[in-house]
Amino acid sequence: MNRRFGFFDATALTLGFAFLYLPILILVVYSFNASRLVTVWGGFSTQWYASLLKNEQLLEAAWVSLRVAFLSAAAATVLGTLAALALVRYGRYPGRTLFTGMVYAPLVMPEVITGLSLLLLFVAVDFDRGFWTVVLAHTTFTMCFVTVVVQARLVDFDRSLEEAAMDLGCPPLKTFFTITLPLIAPSVLAGFLLAFTLSLDDLVIASFTSGPGATTLPMRIYSQVRLGVTPEINAVCTILVALVTVGVISASLATKRQAMAGR
Amino acid sequence: MDVAPRPPDRGALGRAPSALVPAVPFLWLAFFFLVPFAIVFKIALSEPATAQPPYRPVFDLSQGFEGLREAFSQLSFYNFTLLLEDSLYFSSFISSLRIAAVSTVLLLAIGFPIAYAMAKAPERWRPTLLMLVILPFWTSFLIRVYAWIGILKPEGLLSALLINLGLISEPLQIMNTDTAVFIGIVYSYLPFMVLPLYATLEKFDYTLLEAAEDLGCPPWRAFWRITVPLAMPGVLAGCLLCFIPVVGEFVIPDLLGGSETLMIGRTLWSEFFSNRDWPLASAVAVVLLVLLVGPIVAYRDIEARRWEKAQ
Repeated sequence: MNRRFGFFDATALTLGFAFLYLPILILVVYSFNASRLVTVWGGFSTQWYASLLKNEQLLEAAWVSLRVAFLSAAAATVLGTLAALALVRYGRYPGRTLFTGMVYAPLVMPEVITGLSLLLLFVAVDFDRGFWTVVLAHTTFTMCFVTVVVQARLVDFDRSLEEAAMDLGCPPLKTFFTITLPLIAPSVLAGFLLAFTLSLDDLVIASFTSGPGATTLPMRIYSQVRLGVTPEINAVCTILVALVTVGVISASLATKRQAMAGR
Repeated sequence: MDVAPRPPDRGALGRAPSALVPAVPFLWLAFFFLVPFAIVFKIALSEPATAQPPYRPVFDLSQGFEGLREAFSQLSFYNFTLLLEDSLYFSSFISSLRIAAVSTVLLLAIGFPIAYAMAKAPERWRPTLLMLVILPFWTSFLIRVYAWIGILKPEGLLSALLINLGLISEPLQIMNTDTAVFIGIVYSYLPFMVLPLYATLEKFDYTLLEAAEDLGCPPWRAFWRITVPLAMPGVLAGCLLCFIPVVGEFVIPDLLGGSETLMIGRTLWSEFFSNRDWPLASAVAVVLLVLLVGPIVAYRDIEARRWEKAQ
């Protein structure tokens, strides 16, 4: 194989990853800054984390966001897995083109359009805006990401185990739950985590579909960010970055272990 | 590898109740994705009113045929003529398309060398490199855009660094300009460009380059005539995956851009939240959707083809 990894490639990777990681690293470092000023390093301090614990608005928003993310990711995982099965296992059927369109379009659809259209739907059916409308909206836009993740696993899925189970008289639904689901579980879990973080992260769709009393964490962060950079926001961001990093790394380790065990 | 199309084999989900499997997500998406668009179209054709909700209903299905006729006689293209007459909207659309096009070219120019280097890296490094690209994608979009404010603002880190190095004497005026918006877009969307590029370049048959070299083709020429054409599906997927959402981007121009940075997502947002003109916001959304329908269909086709090949 002629995959020569040269000097140019090493430079591209170094600069590329420096670009991707330096801004986040700076943010994390400055969340421990004792000084309120961005450019002045006033020594190490965890005071901003302490003041976070007293910021009730922010804590409440974080609690709303976590509940929304959990409920919508759970629903999106079920719907997204069903959609992936429908795309991989069902061959051609009427409406398939429309179906693939509805699965792929939300992946690229500008969020302002999704947000506005969902809001107008909730108004049209006279559904009070608040916590549940955000859950429904997030379920809809994250399920398509779950579909893509699960689909990738289903495509190179070895069907012989399913066939063996059914030849031995195992009913289809039982085969699905005892054979298929455990085998695709890592990708279903990855889909759930992706849906969870996307929901936790979303500002635009939540702003359109939310109502009084259901302010999510990104909405709260956004309204404070508009007023300027503050060490408290750096601290919130650092906590979120740490959570996501731990989540992604442990999920990928779990997937790897499963893949090794499967060999 | 060409395989004769298999008959639909549903394996574990093979019998009658399994019709529910496609039906449930289909109905969900139809109700929460298709129907809302129909409503957006409908409201874009109604007139604004100072009421709750702030538009005059155009359509009342409970009125039957009479209601339908009534509705058609009341359809109003007022919002669309307003979009044409007021140059603010027109320049927002043009400026969004321009910013998205320039950003996509920048993303491709920066993303391609990274993806190519990843594909050429030793095999045992690749999972780690892939994870390093994916990790920022999982990190909050808002946080990543916010991180740049502290760096780019006049009293921020970049200016301080460059002044200390003696490279500039005045603080940089990047914050609240189009340049800041480009930096924010390239930074936020880079994983979206690198991942599809890497997916194609990783499967690329590098013996082709060897063959070209053996036949006397210089490396740069082999790159343009072999690597680039074969990487085309990844290039297209990456470009569409970036271009389409960037056209409607709101957070980046709002936080990093200046008052003169016109982008349609921002115009729609302020029309909706500040002016509370729902019909006009809907009309903006309809025009945006019409502009993007071609790229979205192209993206779906690329993805669907890729999956069919994989099966």
